[in-house]
Amino acid sequence: MSACALRVLLQRAAVMRKAAHQTFSQTRAFPQCVTGSYTYSRGINTLTNSLRAEEKVTVHFLNRDGKRISVKALTGESLLDIVVNHDLDIDGFGACEGTLACSTCHLIFEEAVYKKLGPISDEEMDMLDLAYGLTDTSRLGCQVCLRKDLDGMILRVPDVISDARVDSEKESSTAPPKV
Amino acid sequence: MSLTVFTQTAQHERFSFHGNVNVGKDVTIDELRQAYHAVVLSYGAEGNRSMGIPGEDLPGVFSAKDFVGWYNGLPCNKELHPDLSCETAVILGQGNVALDVARILLAPVEMLKETDITQNSLEALANSKVRRVLIVGRRGPLQIACTIKELREMVNLPKVRADMLPADFKGIAEVLKDLPRPRKRLTELMMKAVKEGGDDKAEKCWGLRFFRSPVEVLAGADGKRATGIRLALNKLEGSGESARAEVTGQTEDVDCGLIISSIGYKSIPIDPAVPFDPRRAIVPNEMGRVQDTAGLYCSGWVKRGPTGVIATTMNDSFDTARVLIQDMEDGKLDLSVNKPGAKAITALLQTRGVRTVLFSQWEKINAEEEKRGRSLGKPREKLLDVDEMLKIAWS
Repeated sequence: MSACALRVLLQRAAVMRKAAHQTFSQTRAFPQCVTGSYTYSRGINTLTNSLRAEEKVTVHFLNRDGKRISVKALTGESLLDIVVNHDLDIDGFGACEGTLACSTCHLIFEEAVYKKLGPISDEEMDMLDLAYGLTDTSRLGCQVCLRKDLDGMILRVPDVISDARVDSEKESSTAPPKV
Repeated sequence: MSLTVFTQTAQHERFSFHGNVNVGKDVTIDELRQAYHAVVLSYGAEGNRSMGIPGEDLPGVFSAKDFVGWYNGLPCNKELHPDLSCETAVILGQGNVALDVARILLAPVEMLKETDITQNSLEALANSKVRRVLIVGRRGPLQIACTIKELREMVNLPKVRADMLPADFKGIAEVLKDLPRPRKRLTELMMKAVKEGGDDKAEKCWGLRFFRSPVEVLAGADGKRATGIRLALNKLEGSGESARAEVTGQTEDVDCGLIISSIGYKSIPIDPAVPFDPRRAIVPNEMGRVQDTAGLYCSGWVKRGPTGVIATTMNDSFDTARVLIQDMEDGKLDLSVNKPGAKAITALLQTRGVRTVLFSQWEKINAEEEKRGRSLGKPREKLLDVDEMLKIAWS
């Protein structure tokens, strides 16, 4: 154990798996609004800021605590970009940073808006399958880009499993397969 | 988790990282509890479940934990030297880790070259003779433990075809429509692989094998290394997630030179003072509060067992944090007493000759790995030697 002590941050199997796993999917994970190489760091979206015209659109996030967060954002940004760039207070949103390796950017859309969104890939559906509280109008925020005709839409941030008393053995039949 | 998510937390003014400390040996949990109002155990599951069958210790048999550690650059696995000169590899277990191992064994080297897989394992895999990988599970297709993303990556692997047994899928098509969406899509993808198989001309193949449990690793005439595995054939009692595998008495032998056991990780006890449930291999707790031990909490795999994806485990950590904050607010944690915190612990470690690694020092290791990776066209080239890491950290 002591020889591996230094790897304490990265030692969990879920992360170890991801190390050799992540870069396969990285190049396929980006939605159509992002072109070319994409440098992602929290708070900075260098690509969209430099290339996009200033088209501002209003988006409302209905947070888990019931509070509404309204932001004016640029068309072309993904909904994950918006949460990050505006430093919105949504716990654990976008853990895998838009690489389609988690479901933490799960958002629920109004039905009329959902129908207007672009197509959903198998890869996005695969990760949505693991999202808690999946609905018929659910999408992953990292795969949906803002457009002018989405102005004023309300996005609900779904609850996550927060009751630790729920025994994982007794999860409902809609729970994803255990890994 | 990505490095930048960690970095943000690590740079918070009230966060400090002390690496190179072996808790339980360099410092005890009791000493930590004396120094802090609350201690949270979040050390995951670094051990593995063993198959418990004869021949398990023969050369050629590895735990998935060690095999994954080898290609991921864990220092303690760098001398693994798995022999990849056989044609067939058998993986026991059908979770995401099993599928990851299969993918690494069969992926074209051009794909692997651009990842942060270690250079040693890249070379070994480039020279690998492994052409066929079987992924074996005790129960049936409807009980498979992996998730669809990992299965899809196998199905989509270039230059590799699927080799399934249609008989294993008897009766599955009929029950598809009643399955919940995640299970339904996963099963449909498997059925597609059964039907379509993939590129006939592909040299490499992979297959799922169901209703089979390992009973013995077989050695060749010289008895010196694994040359095959004996599998017991099961039948399923019950259905759905709770279906059980029952023995039939029949067995089947599979020739193979590489056997990887991927039947689960396991937490190990960190300190004799911490309660530990050896049967479930977790720290007994009530919503993250360690049993009978005020001020001690746990989160993640050491709390719930070694299952769950990023979202599950992350949300579990949030739960433990909420419980801890609740205890502070309810007065269950005695905050009236002053605790010395890190000052006391680092002083203690110093008297014991243990030198810690701070986050800024870890960042030097990170920078060096990225630098070495750049000349190889990889995101990083991992350092495999702890002494070398420490030298760079403390330089």
